[in-house]
Amino acid sequence: MPLESSLIASNKPTKVNWRASLSKKTLIGIPYLWMAIFFVLPFLFILKISLSEAALMQPPYLPFIREIEDGAVTLVINFSNFMLIFEDALYWQALVNSIEIAAIATLLTLLLGYPMAYAIAKAPAAWRLPLLMLIILPFWTSFLIRVYAWIGILKNNGLLNQTLMAMGVIDQPLEILYTQTAVYIGLVYTYLPFMILPLYATLIRMDDTLLEAAADLGCPPWKQFLTVTLPLSMPGIIAGSMLVFIPVMGEFVIPDLLGGPNTLMIGKLMWTEFFSNKDWPVASALAAVLLLVLIVPFVLWQHFEQRQQRIEEQS
Amino acid sequence: MSLEQQPIVEIQNVSKHFGSLYAVDDVSLSIYPGEFFSLLGASGCGKTTLLRMLAGFESPSSGRIFIDGEDITDLPPYKRPVNMMFQSYALFPHMNVADNIAFGLKQERMPKAERDARVQEMLHLVQIEKLAKRKPHQLSGGQRQRVALARALAKHPKILLLDEPLGALDKKLREQTQFELVNLQERLGITFIVVTHDQEEAMTMSSRIALLREGRVLQVDAPRRLYEYPNCRYSADFIGTINLLDAEVIKQEDDLVTLKTDAFSQKMQVYHGQPLIEGMDVTVAVRPEKIRVVPQCEAGRPNQIQGVIKEIAYLGDVSIYHVELASGKRVQFTQSNIQALAEQPLNWEDKVCLTWQADACNLLLE
Repeated sequence: MPLESSLIASNKPTKVNWRASLSKKTLIGIPYLWMAIFFVLPFLFILKISLSEAALMQPPYLPFIREIEDGAVTLVINFSNFMLIFEDALYWQALVNSIEIAAIATLLTLLLGYPMAYAIAKAPAAWRLPLLMLIILPFWTSFLIRVYAWIGILKNNGLLNQTLMAMGVIDQPLEILYTQTAVYIGLVYTYLPFMILPLYATLIRMDDTLLEAAADLGCPPWKQFLTVTLPLSMPGIIAGSMLVFIPVMGEFVIPDLLGGPNTLMIGKLMWTEFFSNKDWPVASALAAVLLLVLIVPFVLWQHFEQRQQRIEEQS
Repeated sequence: MSLEQQPIVEIQNVSKHFGSLYAVDDVSLSIYPGEFFSLLGASGCGKTTLLRMLAGFESPSSGRIFIDGEDITDLPPYKRPVNMMFQSYALFPHMNVADNIAFGLKQERMPKAERDARVQEMLHLVQIEKLAKRKPHQLSGGQRQRVALARALAKHPKILLLDEPLGALDKKLREQTQFELVNLQERLGITFIVVTHDQEEAMTMSSRIALLREGRVLQVDAPRRLYEYPNCRYSADFIGTINLLDAEVIKQEDDLVTLKTDAFSQKMQVYHGQPLIEGMDVTVAVRPEKIRVVPQCEAGRPNQIQGVIKEIAYLGDVSIYHVELASGKRVQFTQSNIQALAEQPLNWEDKVCLTWQADACNLLLE
C-alpha cells in the first residue's frame, strides 16, 4: 500500500509538468509558426521563382525539374536573374535610389516627428489622447484617396499654387507634382505617424527627475536634451526609423502617383517586372535582394529593442 | 554652531501655493554653515516643496531665498551653488557609475585629468571604487544610494540637499548609513539639508531639526531640545512617545506652576517661564521614561497618579506599561530591564502609583 501511494504521488506532478511544458512549448511555438507560414514559406516561393527561368506560359516560368528524355530528369537552377540584377546598372540605380529616398524620408520624418512626439509627451495628461488621435486620424481614410488628394493639392493649378499666387508670394506656379519633392511630401505625410508613435512611447516613459538631476548638476535645458533625453529616446528613434525606412524602401504607390518618370525606385521596378514585362523570376530576385537589404537594419533594431528591455529591467 | 555666524541659507517668508492649496506657508528659516539640518514632518507637510524651492525646481509664490547672502530666488537650478541627492536617486541609466559622477564636472568644463582625479576621490569617499564601470541597473539599492551621494558631492557644493536619502534602504542598512552620512558631513564640512519623515533618522543625524506641519514651521531646535522641550502638542507627539494630560492653571509662583486636572485628584507642578493666567486650559506633557513607579502614593505630594497596569510590552531593552487611571485615561511609562528577571516584576492588574519630577515634564499652551 505505501509503495503504491508513493507511486501515485510521484506520478502526479510529472503529469502536470509534462502538461505545463507542452502548453509552454505551444505558447512559444505560435509566433514561430506564424513566422513560418507568413514569412519563411512565401519567401521560399519567391526564392524558388527567382531561381527559375522566365517563359511564356502559366505561371510564366519553367519548373526546376524538367524531363529531357524518357525517364531522365534534370534539375535546373538558374542564377542568371541575380546576375542580371548585379550586372545591369538599372537595378543598382533603383536600389541605391530607394535607399537614398528612404534614408532622406526617414530623416525628414524624424526631424518633423520628434518635436511633435516630444510636445505630445510633455502636454498635460488630458491633452495627450486627443493629440494622439489627431496623429492617427488620417488612417481612417483610404491611403490611395489621401495620395490622390495630394495630387489635387500639388498640381500646377492645384490648391497650393492657387493659394500662393493669390497671396502674391509667387507669380508662376511651382512645379512640385511629378518631382522628387512631391515624393518626399507624400512619403513624409504618409509615414509620419509610424515615427511619432514609437517616439512618443519612449518619451512618455522617461523619468522627468533625470532632467531635474541634470539641471541640478549644472546642465542648461538644451544640453539636458542632448545628454539625457536624446540618448534615452534612442530606442524610439531606432524603432520609428525602421518602421519608416523599411516600408519606404519597397514603396510603389507614392513614387508612381506623385513622382516623375525619373523617380526610379525598386518597388516601381518590381511592379514593372511582374506586371508589364511578365518576368516573374527577375522580379522575385529583386524581392529577395530587397529583403536582404532590409533584414540587416531589422536585426539592428532587434538589438536595440533588447537593450531597451534591459534598461527597463532596472526600474 | 554659533548664532553670530552669517547664515549660509536664509529663507525669508517663503510661501508656495498650488491653486488654493498652501504647500508652504510663510516659512522663515536660517541655516548656518556646517549644519546638518533636517526638515521633518509627515507627508504633505511641505518639506519636499521647500527643498525643491532651494534646489530651484519650484519657485516660491512669495518670499525670498538667499544663499551666502545672494538672492537666488529667481536663479534656475543649473546656476545654483547647491546639489541635490534625489529620493529616487535619479541616476542616468545610460551612463556608468564614473560617468554619472563626472556629469556635473563636465558641465563646468573641468579638465579631464582633474575630473578623473575627482571621480576617483568620490568613488573612494563612498567606497565604491570597484563599481566605476557598472551601469546603474547592475547595482543594488545601497550601491545606487552611494553613487547618488557621490554624484551630488562631486562638485564640492556648499550645500547638499538630500530628499529622503535613506528612504529606499532597508532598516539595517539605513541605521548603518545614518552614521556614515553624519561622519561624511563632519569630514567635508558641507552644509546638509535633509528632508525626512522619519523622526528617529532626524534625531540621529541632525544638528538642528525644523518640524513642519501643513506648510508651517512649528519648531526649530536641536534634537535634544526638540525632545525635551516641545513647544506644542503636535511636536511633543510627533517626536517619540509622550503622555499628554489636560490641566487647568491654579497658580504660578515664580516659575513653578500648580495645576489641577480632571484625570486624577492630585495636583501637578510644572516649571514654566512665561506668565500664565489663572484658570487657563493647558496641557502637561510627560515622557514615559521620566515616570517612576512607587508602591504607594503619598497624600499631598504633587505629580502623582494612581492606576492599574493594563498592558505590558516587553521590548528587550525596555518594557512599556499602559496604566489605566480611574477616569479611564491611559498613561504610558517605560522601565529599563536592568535585571534579567526582576524579583518583584510588575504585573497585569497591579495597582501602582506613578510619579515624576516637576522639571521632568512640560507645559504646552497649544
